[in-house]
Amino acid sequence: MLKIENLHVSYGGIKALRGISLEVPDGKIVTLIGANGAGKSTTLRTISGLVKADSGSITYNDQELLGKPINKVLEAGIAQAPEGRRVFPNLTVLENLKIGAYLRSDKDGIERDLKWVYELFPRLEERHWQLAGTLSGGEQQMLAVGRALMSRPKLLMMDEPSLGLAPLVVQGIFDIIRTINEQGVTVLLIEQNANMALKIADYAYVLETGNITKFGTGAELLADESIKEAYLGKKKK
Amino acid sequence: MKNNKKRNLLLSLILAAVCLVFLLYVDKFQHYSMLASVLKKGAIYSLVAVSLNLLNGFTGLFSLGQAGFMMIGAYTYAILTIPVESRAAVYQYFDGGIVQFCLPMIVALVLAGIVPMIFAWLIGLPVLKLKSDYLAIATLGFAEIMRAIIQWKQVGPLTNASNLLKKFANFDSVLFPFIVSGICIAIIVLIINSTYGRAFKAIRDDEIAAEAMGINLAKHKMQAFMISSFFAGVGGALLAMFQSSVQANTFTSTMTYEILLIVVIGGIGSITGSILGSFLYIACSEWWLRFLDDPMPYIGVNIPFMRGGFRMLVFSVVIMIVVLFFRKGIMGDHEFSWDGIINWFGKLFKKREKPAKEVASK
Repeated sequence: MLKIENLHVSYGGIKALRGISLEVPDGKIVTLIGANGAGKSTTLRTISGLVKADSGSITYNDQELLGKPINKVLEAGIAQAPEGRRVFPNLTVLENLKIGAYLRSDKDGIERDLKWVYELFPRLEERHWQLAGTLSGGEQQMLAVGRALMSRPKLLMMDEPSLGLAPLVVQGIFDIIRTINEQGVTVLLIEQNANMALKIADYAYVLETGNITKFGTGAELLADESIKEAYLGKKKK
Repeated sequence: MKNNKKRNLLLSLILAAVCLVFLLYVDKFQHYSMLASVLKKGAIYSLVAVSLNLLNGFTGLFSLGQAGFMMIGAYTYAILTIPVESRAAVYQYFDGGIVQFCLPMIVALVLAGIVPMIFAWLIGLPVLKLKSDYLAIATLGFAEIMRAIIQWKQVGPLTNASNLLKKFANFDSVLFPFIVSGICIAIIVLIINSTYGRAFKAIRDDEIAAEAMGINLAKHKMQAFMISSFFAGVGGALLAMFQSSVQANTFTSTMTYEILLIVVIGGIGSITGSILGSFLYIACSEWWLRFLDDPMPYIGVNIPFMRGGFRMLVFSVVIMIVVLFFRKGIMGDHEFSWDGIINWFGKLFKKREKPAKEVASK
C-alpha cells in the first residue's frame, strides 16, 4: 500500500501541495482528479522522486520513499507513464520498451514481460521496428504505458493518459488500464477527464489548489452533485 | 530473410577483402602518393568523427572540445615515445626535458586515450551541467585554454613549449591507422548497441523521460563525454604519427569545426555516415579541391578568386548548402546496409516508383 501523509511541496515560494494525505491500497485503481494547477502532477512527480518535498512522508509497504532517488523508487516497484506520453521519438518501439527495463538485469524476465506487453498491445508488436515518433498519439500512449510496465511495477502511476486523444482511443486506453489492474498491478491514475476516471476507479480523491477536498469510491463521487457541477459538466440551476 | 543475411555477410566479406587488397596495393606500390596520405588521414579522421558523433549524435551533448582532447592525446603519445637518446635534441631549449624514459608504442597509444579521459572527467564535473550552446562554448574555451597552457614556457620541460615534438615512434604502413581506427570504431559501435548506448540515445531524445526511467543523467553524460575523449585522444595520437611531429598550433578550433563538418555531412547519428564523410572530406580538402588554391591562367588571364585560401571559402559555402538543404547529410541517422543499397538501386531502375529518399534503410 502506498501511503502519503501530510505532504507539502512548493516550487520556489509557491505552495503546490498543502498537506495532502492519501492511500492507494494494493490491487485497486485509485484516481486523483482536479482542475489545472491543482497539484495532481506534482503529487505524482513527488512520489517518483523527480520533485523534492518540503515535509511529510510517502511510504510504500512501510518503506519510506521521500528523499530517495528515482531508481530506488522504481526498484521498490513504482513506475510511471509521464504526462504527455514522452516516448523517445528517435528510438524504435522495441528500444523504447527496453529502456523501460533499464534497471533490470534478468534477461529471461525482460523477455517474458516483453511478450506480456505485446499481448496487451498487439499494435506495438506489429510496429516494433518503427521509430516511436512516427506512431499515432494513441499508439504513443500505449507505448508509454508499455514502457512503464517493462519495469514490472507493482504500482503504475499514470499522468493524464487521455491527454490529446480521440474519445474512442481514450476508451481503449481505459479498457487497458482495467485489464492491467485485473492482472494484479495497482494503478494510481491522474486525470482531468473525471467522468472516465471515476467510472473505472475503486477510490477517488478530489484535489483543489493543493488540498484534498473530497474522498470516496468512484461511484460515490460520480453521483456527487458538487462534483457533477465542477467536473462533469452538469449545468447549474 | 535468412537468404538476405547470408547474402549480406558474403557481400560484406567481399567488400572487406577488396578493401584489404586495395590497401595492400597502395601500401606496396603507392607508398608516398597523395592517395596513401589521404587514406591514412581519412582513417584517423573517421575515428575522431565517430567519437564526436557519439557525443553529438548519440548523447545529444553539443561539445566543441574535440581538438583539445586530440591535442592532449597527441602530446601524451609524443612525450612518452621519444627515444631517450633523441630527447636532448628535441628538448634542446629545456635540457632534454624531464621525462627520461620511453614507453612501447601500444602502451603509449592507450595512455594517449586515458590522459584525455581524465581531463574530460575533470572538465565534465562543472561543464556537463550546461546545455546545448553553453556546453559548446565551455568546451571550446577549454580546448583553447589547453592549447595556450601547453605552449607556456613554464611547462616547457614537459611539452617543449611552442617548439615541435618529433622523432617519436611512428607507423609506416598504410594499414596501421586502419587497424587502430577499426578496432576503436568497433568498440564504439558495441557501446552504442549496448544498454549504455540505448541510455545515451534516450537522454538525447528526452531527458525528463529518461530520468523517469531511472537513468542517471549526470553519470551517463559523464560516461559519454569520457568515452568520446578517450577515442579523440587515440585519434590525436594517430594524427601525431601521421604528421610525424606535434605542435599545439595545429590543434586549433578550426580542426574541431572540420570534424564537426564531417559529422554533419555524414549524418548526425550515423557511424557509417561519419566514416564516409571523413574520407570524402579529406579527399576533397587534401587532394581533389587543391586546384582551387592555385592560380589558374586561362587564355592568359587568371581566373579571379583562384588563389591560396579559396578552397576554405568553397568549404564554407558547402557547409552552408548542407545546413540549408541537406540537413540529414549523406546517411541521415541511418547506417549503411546492403539491403538499403540494393533497395536504392532497385528503385533507381524502376522509374515508375517514387525516387528513393534515403540511401539506406534501417
